[in-house]
Amino acid sequence: MTGTAISLTGVRKMFGDTPAVRDLTTDITAGSFTALLGPSGCGKSTTLAMIGGLLDPDFGDVRFDGRSQLGVPAERRPAGLVFQKPLLFPHLNVEQNVAFGLRMRRLDRANTRDRVTSILDRVQLGAMAKRRVGELSGGQEQRVALARALVLEPQVLLLDEPFSQLDATLRAEMRCLVKDLHTESQVTTVFVTHDQAEAVEVADTIALMLDGRLEGQGDPEMFYTAPPSLVAARFFGVTNELPGTVRTGVFTAASTGLRRPATLPDGPAVLVIRPETITLTSPSGDDDTMDGVAVAARFAGTHLAVDVQLTGGPLVTAHAPVTTSVRLGAPMTVGLPRAGGVVVAADLRHAG
Amino acid sequence: MTTTSRRVAAGAAPTQEATEPVARRPLSVRTGQRLLVGLLLVAVLLPLVPLLIWSVAGQWRYPDMLPQQLSLRGVGLLVDPRSDILQGLGTSAGIATAVAVLACLIGFPAGRAIGLYRFRGRRAVQFLLLSPVIVPGLAVTLGIQVFFVRYHLSDSILGVVPVQLMPTVPYAAIILGAAFANLDIDYERQARALGAGPVRVLLFVTVPLLRPAIAVAALLTFLISWSEYVLTLLIGGGQVKTLPLLLFAAIGSSDTTAAAALAVLVIAPPLLLVVAATRLLSGRSGNGVGFGRL
Repeated sequence: MTGTAISLTGVRKMFGDTPAVRDLTTDITAGSFTALLGPSGCGKSTTLAMIGGLLDPDFGDVRFDGRSQLGVPAERRPAGLVFQKPLLFPHLNVEQNVAFGLRMRRLDRANTRDRVTSILDRVQLGAMAKRRVGELSGGQEQRVALARALVLEPQVLLLDEPFSQLDATLRAEMRCLVKDLHTESQVTTVFVTHDQAEAVEVADTIALMLDGRLEGQGDPEMFYTAPPSLVAARFFGVTNELPGTVRTGVFTAASTGLRRPATLPDGPAVLVIRPETITLTSPSGDDDTMDGVAVAARFAGTHLAVDVQLTGGPLVTAHAPVTTSVRLGAPMTVGLPRAGGVVVAADLRHAG
Repeated sequence: MTTTSRRVAAGAAPTQEATEPVARRPLSVRTGQRLLVGLLLVAVLLPLVPLLIWSVAGQWRYPDMLPQQLSLRGVGLLVDPRSDILQGLGTSAGIATAVAVLACLIGFPAGRAIGLYRFRGRRAVQFLLLSPVIVPGLAVTLGIQVFFVRYHLSDSILGVVPVQLMPTVPYAAIILGAAFANLDIDYERQARALGAGPVRVLLFVTVPLLRPAIAVAALLTFLISWSEYVLTLLIGGGQVKTLPLLLFAAIGSSDTTAAAALAVLVIAPPLLLVVAATRLLSGRSGNGVGFGRL
């Protein structure tokens, strides 16, 4: 299954005078598990609502398999939608909730029963079929909501932060379940989340949205190895930025004189370095070195986060093994592998 | 200070001392609540006792605490085919049912608008909806009676039902408005995403979710209509004989037993209805939307 399942072209949505989504264009591959990632208020849920048909875009087109969905109301789009809240109908029991969509499609009783039973078994709630929804736990409620969407065998499954109200363990469990269900059914899934760790873990494609725009789209690794922009790098946890300039394919850091090859056009640029790339102890011969002074060290469970004030340069944070002993205030040398760090264009939009 | 000294005095069992008042308080609160409920019940039901006695009284003269003899004459009058009381019961029930249904049908969209949407002039609409309750119905009715006469709606049920919507729709709209304000509208979005069109969202999701509030609105409007006198008299012109009209006529006559029996008949159905509705609604208080518990 390849090809484009969902395509958005120049989609724009205004809420009053505030643009929620600005000229969004993206293709979502059939059978993919795409995370629509971004901070709250970036327009990701609005985008999902437009895919699902609950909102109409002001401009642009939404297509499923090449067919425009403009003017097609939510109830007639082949999309299953699960919200942050389970929204189980309180006047129906578990089974009736799951059967709701099939009832709306006027499927006969026997078929409905078979499909409801099989999907409830699949989400491990077979024994709960006759329960009232008020008797379920948060995780069970969200599994029923998932079953209720999946039982319709939708062409696309849209999940709007479905686990954000669950606690951490339950969330991890649900992520596994959703991942398994996707692997089995290969239904094109769009998953809205603000949690980049969740996006990386669960999705095979990430579409990063910031401020109503698509900031970058690619597999999760890309956002670590080759972030498309400075803001994207920041969103994925880059803390170290060495500003500088690109001149004829070479980046030079303003402060430390560190050089990197760059494919960007000439102009201001930033070398972004993930904290775990910087080494504190005995840099090997292949590494670039920078001199500085350790000013702070924080224990962070799996590692030690050490702030180093570079000589004549910015403060950088390095992650070191917890066993490392750091003498605060003492001069030291940090190492950076030759291939470490990524040069991205300086962000003029979000300057300062 | 006092707690400290008490705890010292208790000496050997400080933990017991600490837990006792906590366990005791809810119990006394509960007793207090029961007492209050009991007092309220007495206050409401006590005036009905003489009424009940009067309705079965045969001869009852001044110094006696209780009637000298009981009689079923009053009850007999109620079911006497020559009196129009049974017919009045039917008229009252029919009008009240029609008014309740229509008031809810009108109050539903109105309540949705004031409860859900934030639009310009919402306050004004809310006030307009309330105004029939604020302005005396008698004054308004005297004004609009002309139109009822002109359109041949006076002196008939066809006129009485619409005029009774005036004092009932505001209550239906307010009750349903409050319920809509508490309703999570995402239920409707979810239902649409599951393939339900607007009509079926309404029938299979919104109405069931609001059922407790609809029941309360229907009950209240039924009761208002049931006891309505002035509007029925003015528009019905004495031709539409509901129970309150018959009751007033009976009170005017000197037959206290007959009037008391009729009064009991007027009071009983609403009382039974309220009790039944309370039972029904409190059993389903888990319905999420307000008014689950009356």
